[in-house]
Amino acid sequence: MADPIITATGLTKSFGPTQALRGIDLSVERGEVLAVMGPSGSGKSTLVHCLAGVISPDSGSVVLDGTDLTALSPDQRAKVRLQRIGFVFQFGQLLPDLTATDNVALPLLMAGRSRRAANTQAIAWLDRLGLGDHADKSPGSMSGGQAQRVAIARALVTRPAVLFADEPTGSLDSVSSESVLGAMLEVVREAGTTVVLITHDARTAAYADREVIVRDGLLSGAYAPVPA
Amino acid sequence: MDRSLALLGLMSAGPTHGYDLKSRYDAIFGAARTIAYGQIYATLSRMIRDGLIEQIGQEPGSGPDRKRYAVTDAGRTRLASWLREPDTPSPTLQSNLFAKTILALVLDDDADALLDIQRHAHLARMRELTTAKAGAPLLDRLAIDYALFQIEADLRWIDLTSARLTDMRKEVRRHG
Ligand SMILES: Nc1ncnc2c1ncn2[C@@H]1O[C@H](COP(=O)(O)OP(=O)(O)O)[C@@H](O)[C@H]1O
Ligand SMILES: [Mg+2]
Repeated sequence: MADPIITATGLTKSFGPTQALRGIDLSVERGEVLAVMGPSGSGKSTLVHCLAGVISPDSGSVVLDGTDLTALSPDQRAKVRLQRIGFVFQFGQLLPDLTATDNVALPLLMAGRSRRAANTQAIAWLDRLGLGDHADKSPGSMSGGQAQRVAIARALVTRPAVLFADEPTGSLDSVSSESVLGAMLEVVREAGTTVVLITHDARTAAYADREVIVRDGLLSGAYAPVPA
Repeated sequence: MDRSLALLGLMSAGPTHGYDLKSRYDAIFGAARTIAYGQIYATLSRMIRDGLIEQIGQEPGSGPDRKRYAVTDAGRTRLASWLREPDTPSPTLQSNLFAKTILALVLDDDADALLDIQRHAHLARMRELTTAKAGAPLLDRLAIDYALFQIEADLRWIDLTSARLTDMRKEVRRHG
């Protein structure tokens, strides 16, 4: 039954004297939406950066969609990220002066697709995220919620196997946050995309299928069983 | 809060007399309401009857205060399963969870893990509500939002409690 798309084993990572990860085992099922929760500084971003091959753990391994990321060179990891992984951050990943369409088309152009094909795809994804009427606007002239929808369209346009989202609605008010999350979840569930969603917000985590809690670089495990 | 389980928890730290138990209870849980000796002794005899505690000797003299009590294995099992059982979101949650957290600190158990169990239980309920909300008419959604906010308030309190565990541990030790 189990069909993990990510299997991480024994991940550790230090930055100087700081042990950001102290031995994490985690597996994520294909098509699952997983929330990663935990206090600030507990290691959530470091964990997700390891899972996504942005950084390499000091020890342990990450197998993503059949590829052992920890066995790859930085260049090879960059290629895997481009082809199989999408990212959404709290803000700052869009080019504010390009149109929404150009922003979303960019990853396809970088992958060598024609301008025409890229634009067609970009517009289709913007439409799915409820931005059909805003394709020619620039993110700089949009509301925060609309801009995050553009960022989500851009992350999904390459049809990644896994979407990593780090506090994607962290800068939005609760009404826009809800509508952005609702739209994102609808499209990822339809596309069968696996999502790893970092959030400290319970409402956001409630959109996921499951949550894990990171505490001091470890996953908060099951409580010790009740003594017999 | 279930006062008899709170007493059982306090007794698990080591054998106790009734009067010790009252002063420890009042120091830790007595802010809202202290406990009467009568209730202590009634609870002790009920717990003896139920096999949760046993009398372990009597000092010279007479009167109930001369007796010492210890928690039995059955008592420990009962306590451990209560501590590990998440509370359903409700107005009594705060006092129950507060008692469990304090007792976990008293007993040097993993208070963080206990709060995480409650977090998972709350999130599971929020997930159900969030799913129900997606297809619901507007007025129902408002009612669901209300329920979600209540659970969120509990979770914030849990976050705050867990951020303060180190200080709470010191405080509890002072009363130990
Ligand atoms: N590039 C870095 N250099 C030094 N310390 C870092 C770096 N990245 C993270 N850390 C430290 O590692 C710990 C975990 O950080 P992080 O993974 O960002 O936590 P979270 O995302 O849960 O807030 C923190 O103590 C943080 O200061
Ligand atoms: Mg972070």
